[in-house]
Amino acid sequence: MSRLLQTPFLPSVTLPTKTRSSVTGFRVKPRIIPIQAKIREIFMPALSSTMTEGKIVSWVKSEGDKLNKGESVVVVESDKADMDVETFYDGYLAAIMVEEGGVAPVGSAIALLAETEDEIADAKAKASGGGGDSQAPTSSPPTAAIEAPVSVEKKIAAPPVSVKAVAASAVHPASEGGKRIVASPYAKKLAKELKVELAGLVGSGPMGRIVAKDVEAVAAGGGVQAAVAVKEVVAAPGVELGSVVPFTTMQGAVSRNMVESLTVPTFRVGYTITTDALDALYKKIKSKGVTMTALLAKATALALAKHPVVNSSCRDGNSFVYNSSINVAVAVAIDGGLITPVLQNADKVDIYSLSRKWKELVDKARAKQLQPQEYNTGTFTLSNLGMFGVDRFDAILPPGTGAIMAVGASQPSVVATKDGRIGMKNQMQVNVTADHRVIYGSDLAQFLQTLASIIEDPKDLTF
Amino acid sequence: MQSAMALSFSQTSFTRPNHVLGSSGSVFSTPRSLRFCGLRREAFGFSTSNQLAIRSNRIQFLSRKSFQVSASASSNGNGAPPKSFDYDLIIIGAGVGGHGAALHAVEKGLKTAIIEGDVVGGTCVNRGCVPSKALLAVSGRMRELQNEHHMKSFGLQVSAAGYDRQGVADHANNLATKIRNNLTNSMKAIGVDILTGFGSVLGPQKVKYGKDNIITAKDIIIATGSVPFVPKGIEVDGKTVITSDHALKLESVPEWIAIVGSGYIGLEFSDVYTALGSEVTFIEALDQLMPGFDPEISKLAQRVLINPRKIDYHTGVFASKITPARDGKPVLIELIDAKTKEPKDTLEVDAALIATGRAPFTNGLGLENVNVVTQRGFIPVDERMRVIDGKGTLVPNLYCIGDANGKLMLAHAASAQGISVVEQVSGRDHVLNHLSIPAACFTHPEISMVGLTEPQAKEKGEKEGFKVSVVKTSFKANTKALAENEGEGIAKMIYRPDNGEILGVHIFGLHAADLIHEASNAIALGTRIQDIKLAVHAHPTLSEVLDELFKAAKVESHATTRTVSEKVVV
Repeated sequence: MSRLLQTPFLPSVTLPTKTRSSVTGFRVKPRIIPIQAKIREIFMPALSSTMTEGKIVSWVKSEGDKLNKGESVVVVESDKADMDVETFYDGYLAAIMVEEGGVAPVGSAIALLAETEDEIADAKAKASGGGGDSQAPTSSPPTAAIEAPVSVEKKIAAPPVSVKAVAASAVHPASEGGKRIVASPYAKKLAKELKVELAGLVGSGPMGRIVAKDVEAVAAGGGVQAAVAVKEVVAAPGVELGSVVPFTTMQGAVSRNMVESLTVPTFRVGYTITTDALDALYKKIKSKGVTMTALLAKATALALAKHPVVNSSCRDGNSFVYNSSINVAVAVAIDGGLITPVLQNADKVDIYSLSRKWKELVDKARAKQLQPQEYNTGTFTLSNLGMFGVDRFDAILPPGTGAIMAVGASQPSVVATKDGRIGMKNQMQVNVTADHRVIYGSDLAQFLQTLASIIEDPKDLTF
Repeated sequence: MQSAMALSFSQTSFTRPNHVLGSSGSVFSTPRSLRFCGLRREAFGFSTSNQLAIRSNRIQFLSRKSFQVSASASSNGNGAPPKSFDYDLIIIGAGVGGHGAALHAVEKGLKTAIIEGDVVGGTCVNRGCVPSKALLAVSGRMRELQNEHHMKSFGLQVSAAGYDRQGVADHANNLATKIRNNLTNSMKAIGVDILTGFGSVLGPQKVKYGKDNIITAKDIIIATGSVPFVPKGIEVDGKTVITSDHALKLESVPEWIAIVGSGYIGLEFSDVYTALGSEVTFIEALDQLMPGFDPEISKLAQRVLINPRKIDYHTGVFASKITPARDGKPVLIELIDAKTKEPKDTLEVDAALIATGRAPFTNGLGLENVNVVTQRGFIPVDERMRVIDGKGTLVPNLYCIGDANGKLMLAHAASAQGISVVEQVSGRDHVLNHLSIPAACFTHPEISMVGLTEPQAKEKGEKEGFKVSVVKTSFKANTKALAENEGEGIAKMIYRPDNGEILGVHIFGLHAADLIHEASNAIALGTRIQDIKLAVHAHPTLSEVLDELFKAAKVESHATTRTVSEKVVV
């Protein structure tokens, strides 16, 4: 279960984001490709002193075209302007490594130039072999291979809707018996972006036309096809048993991160916290849009403010940083993996703003529109599986942070009270995993004690 | 230094007495700070071109004086009736072209009448530029308010922006009414006779209007304009298959609308409809969207105005048949390949807007009475807007301006042509330089242009043996554009590096339509880049985009002092 917490902490995670320009904005990791004498790389040039990355506007030449020295090959958009980029050598454009609309850091290879026509094939092989990642941007967005409980539940919930859509809509009158696809311009655009196959999809628009929300529904819910699969095999939606499935980019990244996390010596400290007061407060201010997640994040942030070492991070093994702001990352399962939207300065922002911010982040995460700073700037992570009835679990520490807290469900428990009676209290278990190079047992213990006192007397949460 | 300045000042005032007259004593009211300019002018020295400038200034002065004399003779507004004619000038059609001609004619002391068979204001005011700007003003705001990312970058929070269709439609209609009244009043106020009824030419210098009113005039201008062009096979019902005439009333906002034609009109409507929530499909006969624009501009415009919006397109196809929605069926559009004419696709949409250009409105004008044969409906004219008859000879005293002659189908071009004609009939020869007339498309952001496109200029350069250079600047580097969070856009200038002549300027970006005039004026007045690059632009303004453009140009010849010295005088 805990492995699903790891994905977002990779700087190189390629998130299929829906950008304003509709072109999928992807990021490409610089790759090191063994350079042979006659196959040259075309680099992303620095077009201005402030430019750190460039977006490929369009390729003037296509693969296989002959290039003469000084000819423009590609149009690059920098932070200032669009510029034609020229080649310094004669040769053939062998392989394009960053497609139109893609973003690449300055200095990274965006294409390969072969000296002779014979070498084009070599170069192509190089481009696809050497840059394992380079395929990622164009490949389909990661599908639901990490079976987070949420996504399973979502899929089970999806069928009634989809099935209804199938039943309700007639065949489009002009679709010539299904031969032609009638979809609105935006639906087509979205389908291309979200890699949804329009054929076979049944529209809910006027006269059975496929409209944007049909495509979105498929992209979000796994689609009609998936729904049908669920009907047959509820336990494993859309999974072909016995097949070997290569990792998607996201899964590959998770795998690497998991292995990397083994280099950090971690330990765990647990605590049981009574939540009666917190539950009461939650009931009181729930109507104002406050969520339990925001309350927990706020309480955690206030406790972190008193124990800066728990909010620190050690990257090189020789020194560590007391992070200047308290950014609480909260794990959210989304379709096809998980992400940790970050509540920045959670100790300073009031609970109402924090709740609004959280709602906005979750919406963005679902729409895959989170910006990098909205998911990779966390200094402390919260993972809550309490809503599934999980009473305790432990988490793996995301590389680059100091600690992560696993939160279980708050349950009514029979407890002995101080005056010797037996009482009923709501209690939840939390379990913190921390980097022992910088955070010691007593640090965590004191942090948890502070956290418990805040949650058990939560008046400070709504200041 | 002080004394040097003072000296130069006194010299300035002595060496330019003629300018004192011309600019009504401006030297005496010249602010002291301008002394420095005087010094600068001295540094440049007098050149022959400078002398020329002074002389032309004097000519202007003289001509203005003579005009004043004639104007005072006709101080009762519209000129005194000539002996043999009812009017000096009759204009058929009270659109923007006719209006511009009428105002200028009265200024020139001509007794003028204008005939209108429909409503004053013509296409531009009632069914064109004016109401569409009202809709575009709404769409621009909608787009901005809906763009959460944009708003957030300003630190603004806006909750769900919505619109009331009738309210938007009313705004467009009210604007048209207001401008129409302004136009009517401006003509009435100076005594132009507005004659109601359909006008036609009866013979030389003779016009009929209404049922059987016949009037005569020394000169006649035809300014009957145009109507939306609807290709064969397309059935317009005004509800689901519409032209711009209907679309501007905004009686509905269809969920999915096909726009046939991706020129100015189609592009502007795509901006309106997508902002109001419609999805749009463009149908373009040529291989490329926005065929009339400079290729680079249309490429960029496509990236900003088409790709990120809810728009798709079919290029290289004709809409051979369009059937309006009826009996519960949607609008059906049959597409055929533009070259092979083979059926290609069928579309079904909620509405179709026909924006395939405009056809001249010249039927029933009585052109046969003066032996004029129209060409595809257009009235043939020479470069002075004089009508040419079937044998290729000029018809005396008959002129045609605006969309009806098809030279350049823009409201302001019609007006400029009208003014040019009035200049001629009042005794001053004038030929309008059409290459200096700017054009604009009011999308968000706007597109504007003047002069030649890059391919046109290169072709001309090759033919006439001169080199053509191109410079570009980006809105991304402009402070004001960045302050507005509107850094998307470029300006591009095509020019002759040998003599600094501006051949064309194309702008795509915030307020491009307002920015183009610096370039179009420079072309109209023959200002060279080496001169205009010394002009000063306020900082921070969008006009600096053009400033940078001029400064980036590499011209081989040096600045003449003309522009600078002119500045000293005024």
